[in-house]
Amino acid sequence: MSYRMNESNGIETPAAALQAESRLPHAQVGHVLEPQQSDVAKPASPARKAQVARELARLLPEGAVLWRDEDLRPYECDGLTAFRQMPMVVVLPLNEAQVIEVLRCCYRLEVPVVARGAGTGLSGGAMPHASGVVLSLARLNRILHLDPHARLARVQPGVRNLAISEAVAGFGLYYAPDPSSQIACTIGGNIAENSGGVHCLKYGLTLHNVLRVRAISMDGEVLEFGSEALDSPGLDVLAALIGSEGMLAVVTEVTVRLIPKPQLARVVMASFDDVIKAGEAVAMIIAEGIIPAGLEMMDQKTAEAVEPFVQAGYDLKAQAILLAESDGTPQEVAEEIARIEAVLAKAGATAMKVSQSEAERLRFWSGRKNAFPAAGRISPDYYCMDGTIPRKHLGNMLRDIAAMETSYALRCMNVFHAGDGNLHPLILFDANDPDQWRRAELFGADILERCVGYGGTVTGEHGVGIEKINSMCVQFSPAERAAFFALKRAFDPLGLLNPGKAIPTLARCAEYGKMHVHAGAVPYPNLERF
Amino acid sequence: MESLAWLKQRVLDAAQHQIPLRLRGSGSKDFYGEMARGDLLDVSVHQGILRYEPTELVVTAKAGTPLALLEQTLAECRQMLAFEPPHFGAKATVGGMVAAGLSGPRRAASGAVRDFVLGMSLLDSKAELLRFGGEVMKNVAGYDLSRLNVGALGTLGLIVEVSLKVWPMPAASETLWIAMDAANAIEHLNRWAAEPWPLSASAWVDGHLILRLEGAQAAVSEAANRWQRDYQAKFLTADQARQFWDDLKEQRLAFFGAVRQSSKALWRLSLPSASAHQPSWGDTVIEWGGALRWVLCSNDDASIREQVRAIGGHASLFRSLDKRHPVFTPLAPAMMALQRRIKREFDPLGIFNPGRLMPSLDVNA
Repeated sequence: MSYRMNESNGIETPAAALQAESRLPHAQVGHVLEPQQSDVAKPASPARKAQVARELARLLPEGAVLWRDEDLRPYECDGLTAFRQMPMVVVLPLNEAQVIEVLRCCYRLEVPVVARGAGTGLSGGAMPHASGVVLSLARLNRILHLDPHARLARVQPGVRNLAISEAVAGFGLYYAPDPSSQIACTIGGNIAENSGGVHCLKYGLTLHNVLRVRAISMDGEVLEFGSEALDSPGLDVLAALIGSEGMLAVVTEVTVRLIPKPQLARVVMASFDDVIKAGEAVAMIIAEGIIPAGLEMMDQKTAEAVEPFVQAGYDLKAQAILLAESDGTPQEVAEEIARIEAVLAKAGATAMKVSQSEAERLRFWSGRKNAFPAAGRISPDYYCMDGTIPRKHLGNMLRDIAAMETSYALRCMNVFHAGDGNLHPLILFDANDPDQWRRAELFGADILERCVGYGGTVTGEHGVGIEKINSMCVQFSPAERAAFFALKRAFDPLGLLNPGKAIPTLARCAEYGKMHVHAGAVPYPNLERF
Repeated sequence: MESLAWLKQRVLDAAQHQIPLRLRGSGSKDFYGEMARGDLLDVSVHQGILRYEPTELVVTAKAGTPLALLEQTLAECRQMLAFEPPHFGAKATVGGMVAAGLSGPRRAASGAVRDFVLGMSLLDSKAELLRFGGEVMKNVAGYDLSRLNVGALGTLGLIVEVSLKVWPMPAASETLWIAMDAANAIEHLNRWAAEPWPLSASAWVDGHLILRLEGAQAAVSEAANRWQRDYQAKFLTADQARQFWDDLKEQRLAFFGAVRQSSKALWRLSLPSASAHQPSWGDTVIEWGGALRWVLCSNDDASIREQVRAIGGHASLFRSLDKRHPVFTPLAPAMMALQRRIKREFDPLGIFNPGRLMPSLDVNA
């Protein structure tokens, strides 16, 4: 039971409180904001491009500087292919010393720099700048040092997230944050986005699992954030760097915390005939004092889309399916699963199954993990949203989205990290129909603004990038956005690192209009995506 | 006048006349950090729990709210602040806890203050109310300015409201102790941390390694029995355990009393958990699985700072009657320059607790 107290100790009604929390006065709901002409970067002149390419080629080995169109094209977007921009030049340094040289050169020539890991990001954070350099960290891909006794791994930014866990599995350890793209995404990218994953409810985000980051500022200074100790003197700039979307410094080394791998994990799969009941079940699990290792939900449309694919035995009549995972020692898991089952029964689950083997556990998860490819089965295109709301509003949000399906005349599948209220609505549309693109984009912006209205945020884990920059006008006031720019100035006074991303200018927020979004298929369709 | 309006007015006045403010809750952390200076601004007037949602795992409170009241409110729903913050004073406030950024015995297992701050509202140097973060953990919109303010000792703005992630209280808890020397204790603690033990806190004090197991009853019982069998561990009663961990957290153990003799200073060493024990540093209490060490040394000896820096940690002069040394380890030049710029951006007039964190961060330094 929640309560609110205002100054005179009165109790506010939920409705009044929701209104008070709303940030909507900063923008008009339903109007989508267009980038200002000045925000759109123009390509550099051929002379400038030649000059920059030449200067960079002097600093790097053969083949590390790309400038021909056919070589640049693979870098023109990240995982959000709606937003494409050819860079001026792409560089692929091999080590930190070369990264420093590149940054110094770009600083001197005032060339914008967009850092890039694996390019799996879903908000266009690595979309190139038209007159800038894409600085790929892909070749800094070595695991530098493993310390199983102190439970640390020191790695270069281009090392894949899953590769870290694979390298330490033999010690009975792992790196906990598991974003869905972990077989491909890099730890440097995880730092940029403060990535989460299914298990972050229990094990935390990237922020909670990183001890130290070594990064280079735009003018080439080496900065050490954090250390192998649990804290550092001075301001907590490590916390500010994590999640800064490549706008503050370029990461060249990361020291991550490793934890013991759980001995066992089992999943409870529960069906609900009503989404509100499913949302309440989630709240009841938390109220019981249970923090599951994973707590995920998918709606009926998703179950219907994935079941022919994965044959996991999903209840296709259920309005919502909940997956609750427990991990630990066999006794811990047995105790926790029993408690979870009891709560779900009380919450009105119409059916429940507990995985009896590792293979079965993976099968129960397979539908949830394959939601995105399954969307691709039933629709030519989809637009994946990422917002967070307080858990208690999950049921309401699902009902709101159902209403929006009607008003925008588009279907929407829903998958959630129910445990932390992070939703991924998948708006289904056909990119060949321009009007469907337009409606999908409006639908998406409406969902995000609704998230803010419910006291949540426009991005839970995918980052703001270029995709949600306009929604930032809804979530933050001008003074708050000014504070973001203040931090940026302290790190990068010339504004050369990933300009035009994440934090919108006053000018951009002041404009109203329609934004045309050209959405297309997602690259790496085989990657699991949550 | 309503408390927030009053605070805004005080900040505006300070900015207008460029008179620094000494931000203070109840003064429980006055001893910590560098000397505060400026006109006293008593933030304790701004108190009250605004929203508490046990099923959302979040509580939002005004900065002046007594920490004891917050913890009691959470306990009534069998929830807690997982990082177990020390109060160091009966009237410690939520804002002071966040500004000081000090975490207690459970930190190594569960995370630090900063890991549990979901959002905060601040008054900036123009007395504008800014809100960063929110009440949800999954939130990557914008830079993490709320966490940047954790442990900043009020030097970047006036914290007026904080949202904290709360955690369920464990189902079971047992404390036991084993006779062991420091070097062995450090070795074992690091080994156990790589194994799935429900170890929530540890302390090595004077030849004894005290361990707290928390979690599911079955897991706690199993671990306790194993340690009893393999290490002849002895159990504390529930009351003894509660008392011990509280005395450790609040630094009421006899060890900490030595600072009252003016010849000793209490150093706080934060270092890699497997760092070797150094008896030459002085009498030591070890926490956080080896990552936190309290050391008593004579007041004018700062060589410990260099030695700790050399092994990848940092040493703070936590309590001393004679503060002739800088409290915190100086930053590397490039990092110092960056942090000075941050301070200048957020406090251009130098009105927020000048000199409190590191004198050299200040605009006029």
